[in-house]
Amino acid sequence: MSQRIVPLKTYVLVFVSLIGLTLLTTGVAFLDLGPFNTVVALVIAFCKMLLVILFFMHLRHSSGLTRIVLLAGFFWLALLVTLTMTDYRTRTWTPAPDSWSTTAPPTHP
Amino acid sequence: MPDAHAEHAQTESSGLAHQFEDLAQQHDADTLGIWIFLVTEIMFFGGLFAAYAILRWLYFAAFEGGSHILDIRLGAINTVVLLGSSLTMALSVRSAQIGNRRALVLFLILTMILGGAFLGVKAYEYRQKFVEHVVPSLDWAPEGEVLARLAPGGLNHAQLYFFFYFAMTGLHALHMIIGMGLLLWLVLRARKGDFTPRYFAPVEVVGLYWHFVDIVWIFLFPLLYLIGGRY
Amino acid sequence: MSTATLEPRVQAPRNYLNAEYGWKSWLFTLDHKRIALLYMVSITFFFMVGGAAAVLMRIHLIEPQGALVQPETYNKLFTLHGVIMIFFFLVPSIPTVLGNFLIPLMIGARDLAFPRLNLLSWYIYIVGGLFTLYSAIAGGVDTGWTFYTPYSSTYSNTQVTAVVVGVFINGFSSILTGLNFIVTIHKMRAPGLTWYRMPLFLWAMYATSIIMVLGTPVLAIALFLLALEHLFHVGIFSPALGGDPLLFQHLFWFYSHPTVYIMILPAMGVVSEIIACFARKRIFGYKIVGFSSVAIAVLGFLVWGHHMFVTGQSIYAGLIFSFLSFMVAIPSAIKVFNWTSTLYKGSISYEAPMLYALGFIGLFTMGGLTGMFLASLATDVHLNGTYFIVAHFHYIMVGGAVMGYLGGMHFWWPKISGRKYPNGWAALAAAIIFVGFNLTFFPQFILGYLGMPRRYAFYPAEFQVLNVMSSAGASILGVGYLIPLVYFIWSMRYGPVAEANPWGAKGLEWQTSSPPPTENFTKMPVVTEEAYAYAAEEKINRA
Repeated sequence: MSQRIVPLKTYVLVFVSLIGLTLLTTGVAFLDLGPFNTVVALVIAFCKMLLVILFFMHLRHSSGLTRIVLLAGFFWLALLVTLTMTDYRTRTWTPAPDSWSTTAPPTHP
Repeated sequence: MPDAHAEHAQTESSGLAHQFEDLAQQHDADTLGIWIFLVTEIMFFGGLFAAYAILRWLYFAAFEGGSHILDIRLGAINTVVLLGSSLTMALSVRSAQIGNRRALVLFLILTMILGGAFLGVKAYEYRQKFVEHVVPSLDWAPEGEVLARLAPGGLNHAQLYFFFYFAMTGLHALHMIIGMGLLLWLVLRARKGDFTPRYFAPVEVVGLYWHFVDIVWIFLFPLLYLIGGRY
Repeated sequence: MSTATLEPRVQAPRNYLNAEYGWKSWLFTLDHKRIALLYMVSITFFFMVGGAAAVLMRIHLIEPQGALVQPETYNKLFTLHGVIMIFFFLVPSIPTVLGNFLIPLMIGARDLAFPRLNLLSWYIYIVGGLFTLYSAIAGGVDTGWTFYTPYSSTYSNTQVTAVVVGVFINGFSSILTGLNFIVTIHKMRAPGLTWYRMPLFLWAMYATSIIMVLGTPVLAIALFLLALEHLFHVGIFSPALGGDPLLFQHLFWFYSHPTVYIMILPAMGVVSEIIACFARKRIFGYKIVGFSSVAIAVLGFLVWGHHMFVTGQSIYAGLIFSFLSFMVAIPSAIKVFNWTSTLYKGSISYEAPMLYALGFIGLFTMGGLTGMFLASLATDVHLNGTYFIVAHFHYIMVGGAVMGYLGGMHFWWPKISGRKYPNGWAALAAAIIFVGFNLTFFPQFILGYLGMPRRYAFYPAEFQVLNVMSSAGASILGVGYLIPLVYFIWSMRYGPVAEANPWGAKGLEWQTSSPPPTENFTKMPVVTEEAYAYAAEEKINRA
């Protein structure tokens, strides 16, 4: 039972950090960092998520079971994304045979 | 058995359900239950995010073009509003923990107001999409400036981007509306004095749900509004 | 002892069945045991609907050109059969009937963690079922239970939205049930009941619940997106705008492969309980069997691409999925070895539950081994889309899961109803089912290997003999299924009254009366011994 009462100051500090990170990510969007725009945006979002989970959702003071449950959720999502991506990423490794060109109709044996 | 009956009557008023031995066990079970439910929501939204990731990887230019049609200021404002509602929600749980009924009701109502503000801005944004004619299937006829932004990535693929825009923010908004209903339920119960420092699990449970919905938006904002780096 | 005479009317002691009367006491109950019976009636109904579709299909396939229906109707029949049997019978069956009934009893609790959620799960199931029945009545669906796009999303003009909504809603029933079970097993075990003292049925239900909770939401989003695409004619699953049909398949099979483990793990849990009781022995390698359930649940999420080997999926992804599919067979094989080792030097008796359990082991092994041909890329190219697949999964789902369900019903029926059924008839029914099942599905292995495609309303004439054999087997199987229905109902009024522990089995559920009181135990139990603490010399007493 999370009877630990988090001080008001902590909540306000976390909130201010969250706003700061929001302003940061919005500002960075106006810079041209190439592919790193995505990386920076996701890293900032991840940090914001951590703040909400640890402090607003009390995961800092929660049981090990709760943490494992949450980690399992993220891990399973990672499985979905990763294994699906292996399909999309490697499909072009075996391109269609040359005989399947669109200009010449296929000759059936 | 008179003793068991009297005991039962006493625990009834304290909010203890019959299948549990004590309030601590009940609170443990309730919080584990909501965390497991949130994991199912991670997989639910996660499937949608996975599909988004794949199509964005395939058609990045189209997604970038579509993203630049969205109003970044409204997106940022909404993010701040929702983060504020998470703060008030956390404070309402804290108020329940220390037994401050007035503050609990106040913060719950504040959370509802901020949630309502978010939905209001969202409704305005949706209307804008109709004005700009970028609603897939229902009103897809981009023109002028909008067309110029979308054409480089391919109009067909741009439609896919907006399909995701509506599907993801729509699903998120649906969860917000459900959350508003849950908040209203909490307000009514809190005003009756249902919650004590020993029994406030429903507030905590709804709080966890609300924070989760906020986290989904924390990711939706960069993924939909901040694609690519030039404005 | 003869069981055919009318038992004299005795005032039955207060139990969950006679605690309250009236339809409201059933439809608004919060008692997990009553909810289990609500489910039992519902899934039996859906089994008959799905079975009726199968009967029509097997009659149709007696002739090469089709004997009964138009091809369009045939497509609707196999779709209905698949949707109903998987989502409304197999997935709920053991968890919602035996799981709901037994989990609180086995862990020594008064009820599940969330009784109201439990009742809500049943109502959600019913609403989902109604949408699905509506889709059938309003014209049917012809996409197959797999709803592959772009046919289902763009081209089919059948009741796709209705059935997808039905399955979507039903998914929440699954999720809430799984959630309830996980919290119950974690937080409400009786004093002394450590994880390693739990009956293996609980390990199996726990692993099943993990799959329900992690997998079903992905099916939900796949169906949600499919419905959007079907309604708005624009979407990410059809090539028209640059979408990818395989994306739907990835999301669909990410759930639908683990769901086959939702269907089989509970049956494996039942088999462990039955084998231990009727061999009077602790399950060999208890911990390994428990862990293998969890291993199956985890590994089962990593293999879904083996349904997509011939769809245009990357061959390299195919390699990974193929390798992982071989891996997932290992924990299942471990269970079979452990059950067999349990039987060795056990004091075996052959009551009806044991017949089902033994049948399960044989048929599941066959189904599992034939899965190896499908996990292998090269042979799958030949066998995919043929009746070999149909036979493979029916050996597991019917020869495995349904036998497990029936075995469990026969094992726990005295506990559930307070009555015993005639063992002679039960053994006969088990034998008829076994014979009918093999006659139905073994020819289908041969048909598939010879090249007969699945989901076809007609076939080359040279396949007729095998098809007729299969249809004959199906009629025998149908008779076999009807017999237990008759004697179970008969036993509720005329069967001999059952004592608390008619089988002399270990487990907390046998330490309370048959049927149990509403609160399960008059005195909450404390566990002091290991699971399956059968004495070596003990012989079962036949009543």
